[in-house]
Amino acid sequence: MNDLRLAVRQAWYINKAFIRNPAALFFTLVFPLMFLVIFTVIFGNGHIQVGPGKTVLVSTFYVPAIAAFSVINACYTNIAISLSGSRDTGALKRIHGSPLPVWAYMAARILHAVAMAIVLVVICAAFGAAFYGATLPTNTLPSFLLTLVVGAAVFSALGVAMTAVIPNADAAPAVVNATILPLLFISNIFIPLENPSGWIDVVGKVFPIRHFADAMIGSFLGLSGSGLHVNDFLVMGAWGIGALFFGVRFFRWEPRT
Amino acid sequence: MVANAVEVEGLRKAYGPVEAVRGISFEVAEGEVFALLGPNGAGKTTTVEILEGFRHRDGGKVSVLGFDPASGDRRLKVQMGVVLQTTGVDPYLTVAETVDMFRGYYPRPRARDEVIKLVGLEDKSGARVTRLSGGQRRRLDVAIALAGDPQILFLDEPTTGFDPGAKRNAWEVIKGLAGLGKTIFLTSHSMDEVQFLADRVVIIAAGRIVAEGTPESLMGRQQSDTLIRFRLPDSAGALPEALRGAARLDGGSVEIETKDPTRALFELTSWAVQKNVSLDGLQVTRPSLEDVYLEITRKAEAVGTPA
Repeated sequence: MNDLRLAVRQAWYINKAFIRNPAALFFTLVFPLMFLVIFTVIFGNGHIQVGPGKTVLVSTFYVPAIAAFSVINACYTNIAISLSGSRDTGALKRIHGSPLPVWAYMAARILHAVAMAIVLVVICAAFGAAFYGATLPTNTLPSFLLTLVVGAAVFSALGVAMTAVIPNADAAPAVVNATILPLLFISNIFIPLENPSGWIDVVGKVFPIRHFADAMIGSFLGLSGSGLHVNDFLVMGAWGIGALFFGVRFFRWEPRT
Repeated sequence: MVANAVEVEGLRKAYGPVEAVRGISFEVAEGEVFALLGPNGAGKTTTVEILEGFRHRDGGKVSVLGFDPASGDRRLKVQMGVVLQTTGVDPYLTVAETVDMFRGYYPRPRARDEVIKLVGLEDKSGARVTRLSGGQRRRLDVAIALAGDPQILFLDEPTTGFDPGAKRNAWEVIKGLAGLGKTIFLTSHSMDEVQFLADRVVIIAAGRIVAEGTPESLMGRQQSDTLIRFRLPDSAGALPEALRGAARLDGGSVEIETKDPTRALFELTSWAVQKNVSLDGLQVTRPSLEDVYLEITRKAEAVGTPA
């Protein structure tokens, strides 16, 4: 059996355990969709200007915004918390002692997270198409898919890297939420940013969430020709590469105590 | 010629200022059941985890089946089965799924049902790990270690938490594997287990080897003597002259330590028969491996450097 097949097989076992874990299912799959419904019901009727001369319903804005949140949730949050959990129970050490290659195990985790992210984005898009006529323009579809894949990879790498900072499984949800919740509010995801100004704009643009959200929303709403957001990709890529180096250097297979 | 499955020479490992392993050397022959013993904190788990490839050594040479375990070489990992001190498997998978998952990592795994049966979990095959008792999880751990049909098996306190029946079964399984020519590297706090299983024993204390040999030879070098114990009625009168010096009286019970149990017993029983005295609860105890172990490690700790 070659190693790639081993990775896919491992992802299949990860998924099997995942769908039997009610908490993981809820927080990864149901939680983002719940936000989508709540935000669109409460704020959905207003209009916002998303680009020069382009105004959309707030509900329409939330479709790609919550799609971006779903990707962050399935990749960053899910991987950081579940990997910390497996590390604390000793499951990671067990795997590390087996002949399964390290990269195949990590690839399996990321493959599973990306698959979850794609399912969620499809659900968000279907929701948008069904209720707000917010269909994806075909000319920006490739950019949207590319943004989705790059974002999923970057946030997966950040999730793995974050486990090196998380002291134990009990602390994992707190650490993860502390790192993303404030950013979700100032990064054009939970609250649409119309002409963001001052420090919110500056702080948001330092971190990858704002860039990912802008790229997802921009390509979904067809705000620029091809929808390709090169500058956003550069910042996301830098974070991804940084996370990769940090993860490779500091990742631990055993509990950190 | 018997090759060595494990060779360790001058192994050293420190955690910060604490020297856990201070230069130990030993070999394990292929097909041997080898036990590494020592009190908590003696450096056992550190040594085992270096051999398993989980930890890197600070100095010395280590080879397992001809490979350096620190390299993480997959050709070694596919021949090695490991039971760690703490269990760690996904709680949401079933026993059968867990065993299958691990079987998939090895080129020539053992049949799933055979592995599950070996550890006596066939009734729990479809049960999720969350539903297993502590002892059953431990047995699942052993099953995972056997899944790849390894040439060498590292068992770090494998029967902790087993009930006596399960323990006996596990011992039989380990004996059976040894019979198939597998090398077994065992650590344990149960001297019964070691006496039953091990061909050879190394005892470490404070990071150094303090004794090694077969269980029999270790018991043979024991300096304390055979112990004869019995209760003596008040009416019995004085013991025979030859035994009086060695006897310790505690209420009605008597203990005699002797280097010559045959003669001492002869003196004692012929005296008792002659005087018509009944020696209730007569016991003759050879020092057990546990006594030997306690004596050796106590001495080693007494001379060890103070912390």
